[in-house]
This record gives sequence, C-alpha cells and structure tokens, in this order.
Amino acid sequence: MLIDRRLINNFDWLLLMVVLIIASIGVLNLYSATFSTFGGTGQKIYVKQIYWVIMGLCCMIASLSFDYHKFQSYAYPAYFINLFFLVVVLVIGRAISGSQRWINLGFFSYQPSESMKVILIMVLAKYFCLNEIKDGYSLRDLITPAFLVLMPAVLILKEPDLGSAFILVLLSGIMFLYVRIKWKTIALISISGIAAAPVAWHFMKDYQRNRILTFMSPDNDPLGAGYHIIQSKIAVGSGQFWGKGFLKGTQSQLKFLPEQHTDFAFSVLAEEWGLMGSLVLILLFLILVLWGLNIAQRSRDQYGNMLAFGVVSYLFLEIVINVGMVTGVLPVVGIPLPLISYGGSSVISTMISLGILMNISMRRFIFHSAGSEQETS
Amino acid sequence: MKHSDLLDTYDPEEHRLRISIFAISMAVVVLLLLVHLWYLQIIKGQEYKHLSENNRVRFLDVLPARGLILDRNGILLADNRPSYNLAVTLEDVPDPDALVANLSKILDTPATLLEERINKARNVPFKSYRIKSDIQWDELAKIETNKLILPGVSIEIEPRRNYVLKSAASHMIGYLGEITLPQLKSGRYTINKPGDQVGKSGIEKEWQVSLNGQRGQRQIEVDAAGRELKELSHQDPTPGSNLYLTIDIRLQMVAEEALRGNAGAIVAMDPRNGSILAMASSPAFDQNVFVRGLTSGEWKDLVNRSDHPLENRAIQGQYPPGSTFKIITAIAGLEKGVITPDTRLSCSGSYALGNGVYRCWRKGGHGSINLHRAIVDSCDVYFYKVGQKLGVDNIATYARDLGLGQVTGINLANEKPGLVPDREWKLRRFKESWQKGETLPVAIGQGFDLATPLQMAQVISAMANKGIIYKPTVVAQIEKVGGGGVTKVAPEVLRHIDASPRHIEAVRNGLLWVVEGGTGTRAKIPGIKVAGKTGTAQVIKIGKTRLKLQQLPYKYRDHAWFVAFAPYDSPEIAVSVLMEHAGHGGSTAGPIAKRVIEAFLALKNNSKEWDQTLQTLLKNYTEDPGDLANQFREARSHVD
Repeated sequence: MLIDRRLINNFDWLLLMVVLIIASIGVLNLYSATFSTFGGTGQKIYVKQIYWVIMGLCCMIASLSFDYHKFQSYAYPAYFINLFFLVVVLVIGRAISGSQRWINLGFFSYQPSESMKVILIMVLAKYFCLNEIKDGYSLRDLITPAFLVLMPAVLILKEPDLGSAFILVLLSGIMFLYVRIKWKTIALISISGIAAAPVAWHFMKDYQRNRILTFMSPDNDPLGAGYHIIQSKIAVGSGQFWGKGFLKGTQSQLKFLPEQHTDFAFSVLAEEWGLMGSLVLILLFLILVLWGLNIAQRSRDQYGNMLAFGVVSYLFLEIVINVGMVTGVLPVVGIPLPLISYGGSSVISTMISLGILMNISMRRFIFHSAGSEQETS
Repeated sequence: MKHSDLLDTYDPEEHRLRISIFAISMAVVVLLLLVHLWYLQIIKGQEYKHLSENNRVRFLDVLPARGLILDRNGILLADNRPSYNLAVTLEDVPDPDALVANLSKILDTPATLLEERINKARNVPFKSYRIKSDIQWDELAKIETNKLILPGVSIEIEPRRNYVLKSAASHMIGYLGEITLPQLKSGRYTINKPGDQVGKSGIEKEWQVSLNGQRGQRQIEVDAAGRELKELSHQDPTPGSNLYLTIDIRLQMVAEEALRGNAGAIVAMDPRNGSILAMASSPAFDQNVFVRGLTSGEWKDLVNRSDHPLENRAIQGQYPPGSTFKIITAIAGLEKGVITPDTRLSCSGSYALGNGVYRCWRKGGHGSINLHRAIVDSCDVYFYKVGQKLGVDNIATYARDLGLGQVTGINLANEKPGLVPDREWKLRRFKESWQKGETLPVAIGQGFDLATPLQMAQVISAMANKGIIYKPTVVAQIEKVGGGGVTKVAPEVLRHIDASPRHIEAVRNGLLWVVEGGTGTRAKIPGIKVAGKTGTAQVIKIGKTRLKLQQLPYKYRDHAWFVAFAPYDSPEIAVSVLMEHAGHGGSTAGPIAKRVIEAFLALKNNSKEWDQTLQTLLKNYTEDPGDLANQFREARSHVD
C-alpha cells in the first residue's frame, strides 16, 4: 500500500507536539524525583523512562498506521484474550506472591489491567455503534455493555487494584452518559449505586478501607496512612507561585514523598516549579483533552466519534484522579499521571491511545473521497 | 461493509452539542483542579512553605547490636561498646567556615582535615555525614557543652565491636572492617548498607549473617538547626544472634601461652564429635586495632611482616607432616595387605633404591623390627619399604580417606587444602611421570606431602575414636536474642575410614607406646595414658648427615610436629601441635601437647592447681581482669 499524501498532510502535528512536550517535562521531572534516591547507585530511572517514551512512540506510530475501522473486527477477540490474561494474572499472582498485577515477560512486566482500558473503549464504541437507540438507552439496553465492563472490573478488583477497577467503571459511566441514557435510568443507577456502597465496603480489603478513611480525615493518623497525603500536600503547597527550583524541592529530595517517581511525580513538579509549572502542565493536558474532543467531533462516523471520545475520557480521568489524589481531594488509589509518572505499562498504553486519536484525526477527510476503500482496507 | 451502514445514520451535527457539553464539563473539572492548586500554593502557600521548612522529620537507621561471641562456658569473648561519632548535616550549617574553625579548636584537629571531611558531606545532601569516628570522652563533653555554637553537628551513637580478651583466639574469631563495594555488590550482604562494619575474617566473617541482626529505624523531628526535638516513631532493631563457641577460652590461653615466642599452631579437638576445643596460631594480633581502624602504614606493617601474624596457621599453614604421616602409611599397608602387624622388615640405617640412598634417622639402623616397633621408634626405612610395596597411589587413597588433600569444611574463612601427591597430580603439575624413588619420602611425610595442623588433628582424632572422621566445628550453639531459642550445632560425621578395627587397633597401640617408651616420651603424663606421634618435617634436603639445629639458619630448620590423644582408653581430647623451625618434634612439640592435655584434664576436673596459672595468663590479655578470674574458676559448660 502506498502512503496517501493526504494522510501526511492531515497528520496531527499539534497533538504530537503537545505529547512530546509533556513527555519531556515528565522525563525532566523524573530526573529530579530520583536524584537523591538513586543518585549514586547508578539506577537511572529517567533514562529508562526515555526508553519507554521511545518505545511508546513506536507503538503510537503502529497504532496510527492503519485505518482505525480495523479495530472493529479485532475488538471482541482482543477483549476476550485480555480477559483471559486477567484470569491468568490472578491465578499465577496468587500462586507466586499472594497478589500480583503483572505477567513477567523478562524485559517487561505486562499489566493486563492497563491494556484492558484501551480495549474496553474499542468494545464499547463498537457495541454502541451497532446498537444505537436514538431516543436514549433504558436500563434493559444497558445490561450487555454493563456486563462487558463488570467482567474485567471485578477481575481487576480481585487483583486487588482498586484504582484501575474504579477507572474502568467511571470510564464506561462517562461513555454511557455520552450515548445518551434516559433520565429515569440515570436516576435509577445513581440510587442503586448509593445503596450498593455499604455492600462494596463489606467486600473491600482492610488497606483499601483504610485509604478511604484516611482520605476522609488524614489528620487522624498523621504518621501512618495519612502521612503520605499530608506530605504530598506540604510538597505541593510549599512550591508557592514560582516553586523551589529544579532539584531544590526539600520534600522530594528529602524523600518525604511516597512513590515520588510513580504516582506522586506530580507533587515533585508542583514543589519545584510552583503554581506556574503546575499551570503549564495542566493547561497542556487541557489542550490535549479539548483537542481530542475536537477530533471526536470532527470525525465523520459514529465509530470514530465514540472511539475518540472514549480515549479522551480515559486520559481525562487519569489526569483528574492523579492530580486530585496528590493534592488531597481524592483518595490515594494508585493511578499514574500520563507521561509524567514513571512506568512502562502506563507510557505504552497512553501512547497507544494517543495513536488511536491521531489515527482518527488524520483519516477524517479521506473517508468520503473516492477510492477510500482501496486505501484504507 | 458495516461502517458504511453506520455512516448513513451518523449525524455529526447531533454530536456537536453533546461534545460541547462534555468539553465544557471537563474544562470546568480541570479548572476546579487549578483552583484547588491555587488555593494550596498561593492562599495556603506560605503556611505550607513554613511547614516544609519545619518539616524536619528525619529517618535514622538504628544499627542492631552485633551478636555476642562466647566460649563454651559462656565466658564473653566479643561484645559491643557504644562509640560516639561526630556527624554534620550540611544543610543545617549556616556558616561552614565558622564551624570548621570551632571544631578545629574543640577537637584539636587541623582545620584542613575537617574541611576535607565536610566537603565530602556535600555528596550526601540532607543527610548527616560522619566527620570523626569514635571520639573520646573529653571531646564528647566539650562538644555537648558547645552545642550552641555548633549548629548542624550531631553525635551519633553506634555499637562498636569490643574484643574483651585482646588477641585471645584472634585468628579464629577474626575481626570487623567497613564493608567494601565489591562485597555490597556480591549479593551476600543484603541486609547491610555502605559504612557498615562486617566480618572480615574468621568466625566474624563466616557467621556474618547470624551475627549481624536487622537494622531498625527511628523517625525523629528535628529543629531548624538539626537538633532532635522528639521521636515520632521507633522500630527496634533485631540484635544479632549470640554464638557459643566450642572452645574453652582457658584452654585456648594455655595453648597460646605454650606457643608464645614461636611461630606455630595448636589444634585441640574433641575426638567424640569434632568440636574444636582450642585453636591457637602464633604470632597473634590484637583485633581491637582493626575496630579502631588501621592507618595504611599499620596495615602494611601487619601484612608485610615476615612472620605473618594475620595468617591462621592452624587452617592456612601447609607443612610437610613428617613422621606423623606414618600413621597413614601404616593403615594403608595393613589394609592393602602388604604387611601384617607382625611383618618384620629390617633396617640397616639406610635403604638403596636405584641410584639413590634413603636414610633412616638412626644412623645405625633399627635391625629387624615389626610394625609396632617401627611406629614406636619411628623407623624411616620400615616405612620406605612399606611405601615402596604400596605405590604412591595407594598411599594417596588412604591419605585422602583420613582427610588430607582437601579442606575439612570447618566454618572458618580461607581454609587451605594441603596436598596429597599421586601419579596423576605429578603429570598434571609437572608434565612428568612419577619416579619410583619419589614414593619413599612421601611414605614418611616428606617430599610433596603438605598438611595443615587442623588436618593432622583430624587424623589423630580418627585414631582416637577408632575410625570416624568428623567435620570440625567451632560454633556449638546459636542463641537468638529475645526468646528466639537456641539452635545447637549437631556433630557431623563425614565418613568412617576404610580400615578394619584390628588394623586401627594395631596402629593405636603403637601410638600409645610412642609416648610410653618411644620417640614421644616427653609427652608422658603420670597416671594418664597418652598416645601420640612425633614428626620432624624437613624444610630443605640437606646432604648426607643431619646438622645440629643451632648450626642451621632459622629458615632452614626443621618443623616440629606432635599429634596426640588422651586418655588412651576413652579419648576426650586429640591435639595437633606444629612449631615452625623448632627442630625435633618429640623434644619441642611433645611437651607442648602434654601441657595442653594436662590443662584440659585439670580444667575438666575443676582442679584448683591451675587457678594461679590462669590468673597470671589473664594479665596478658586484659589490663582489667575484673571478675574474669572468678568466671574462670566457676566456668561450667553451657554447651553440653
């Protein structure tokens, strides 16, 4: 297949630019976050992150190089294979260490819960395209998609990875809202959701309950579970307007912060670069989200629209939950900040989602044009 | 295709509104996050900034107390004393130059030296860095009183090793030193961090993991000058396990005293289980010097001294075993059937083979004698002939069976294997085939044979217990501190030697008469039946006549051996004595073996007559004997 010139002409350079800037900020911030921790011992986390970003960019190119409609035919097989991996991780993880979220592939620890997020978006987009109901979905219409969401969500909750299960449910919730649900149904779901909370509480593990309790009142246990939230808030707050300067954050260099190169990477940034730095990063993320929604809106078919919307919601949720978590407005659930937190699985699934977004963006014009069938299939 | 169908029903305009609603909602949520950030960083920023400046919660490691080392009677050999170290946290020092000036005055140390250390502290931001280790009491007092003018300075207390009886059993116990980078990377020291003191030799090294313990952690709050305000949390360290050794330190001291002034080694072993009762190597060294830290000059002196004080000769010294090896040749000859206990062979004072003439130590010869007589008089020609009939490979087989040519597996670092020569070894080593004449010296423990004093203790032990080779042990029990219980180290039988009880008895009886009326009478103890064997190991081959000891330069003088066990009928102790360049085994090493056996029996019977001797000995090991003399008197084994 020859590469259509229009694909290159329509390539979303803006999106790529924003992604590269955010990834660079992430690497720079990781350099600082691990400066004192891994300083002398030669374990260069930020170098590893650069490798992940490069691998992620390759995955991004791979996921934009063919027509996104192809995802439709692979969505269900991919979904069930991923479901199988979630079971595998549960069984093997129990056997090896009592609890484990990944499958070790030697060079890479594969987290099936991470890929499930992207695959679920594809599956839901396809489902809603094929079963469109113009005047809104009722509760009965939502049974099948609810099953599609709950099967992986329960498996992930069992790992136990509360944060990822939470994101999966929220993500599909947003997509349900997007496809339009009858008001009556929304009310019904909300009421039963509230009623189900005590039941969920009953099934939670102790440490998960503690996190929620701690979130409600961190000062009750300032040196125990609440310690991390308080220290993170101190880090963010003490950054003030201009920040303490690169490598000069006392909270991060003194290692008061927990997981400061993964989940709490944003506190390091906020401490060292202040409100200005946080503002720049969050505005970049906002540009990403709004531009993504623009892509969804401009796509010329229902599937592209749903897919793009799903991907944007996924990124949006991770951003909001992570920043909310480190600034103390949401409980600590272990969600990484896309491209800022260290981690191969997170970088790669983020890059694939962004690749899908670019895929939809660059193919929005050629869909109606003559001969598109040959070019895209 | 499906997606063309979808296309027909798709209405972008209808989605435009919905997208806009979501776009606005998402932007509002993000805006709310920004508002929250603004609240944290601007409105409350000053407050949090203040908190972060006072947020001087520090995590401090609490080093575990290293396990104690005690002898079999529970007498303390190694414990820990507090050491006060001066440390500086650079971030808490407003004016480093002023600090250097003040410290230099207080400690009476050149400012340049302190400056150098403080500059190194820059590599460990926000952490206290040690400027001076193990400061003296008066220095400590001065620092405490001047604390106000020394911001950022802290005193860290850490446990330091203290060897109670300096230089006692120093080779066996070993010493500590700062962990090295290769050690850290080796993966054997997972619980240790840079700067830790770890075992560098002996038991301290081999039992490092048991002795070390687990570090604890303190979370403390300090003020702006780095002074501790209060402790926030505390996780106690787990002390290392205490080790009860198999040695009796009193016997050890007697053995060391017997060697004083001579290079050599003594190993005393319980032939019933392989426990080491004493292991002395001379010259010795004071381990406390290593704790204090050696200057490079002191270290070079220790390493380069010609008498190698750091070497544990008991396990690392490899010497020709001399006539003590005849025990092995005798067993091999009997087992291979080349002789019976009654076989008579004649000795004319020398033995000619090919072009060579091999001499007996007695010029006039022993005449026609049987095996018993040959052992008692240590006749060389008799064993030349036995060796000749056996061939070197048969001798080697039995030498190995009795434990030579391989490490015994004692839990002490750097044990040497010695050497048992055979045809294959010669070919491999020299690319030459074995010469007939070379078998003869091997049969009497000269030539290529090499053994350590520990190996010879194992050989004589196997004679004492009638054929059992035990793995020598130095640790009797391991006691976990804090009710963790006691683990006893069980005796381990390595093998039963391949020899019939009748043949072992024939050799044993010969050994008894060596002391009763042969070459080893100097080891005779009234009222006790002692069995033994002398050995005189030639260092170099000298002409036809043997020169008198005093006529030879020191380094060419013979090594003296004596191996013995007692009491003959139910042996409780086996001893191997080696004295470098001390001449004839029977006359120099024999009395020493006797003294060790005597001391052992007296201590066992709580005999009073040694009290005075031990008290005198104690003065060599400590300036402040305290109640050690009492402990010595009342020592009762914790081990059995």
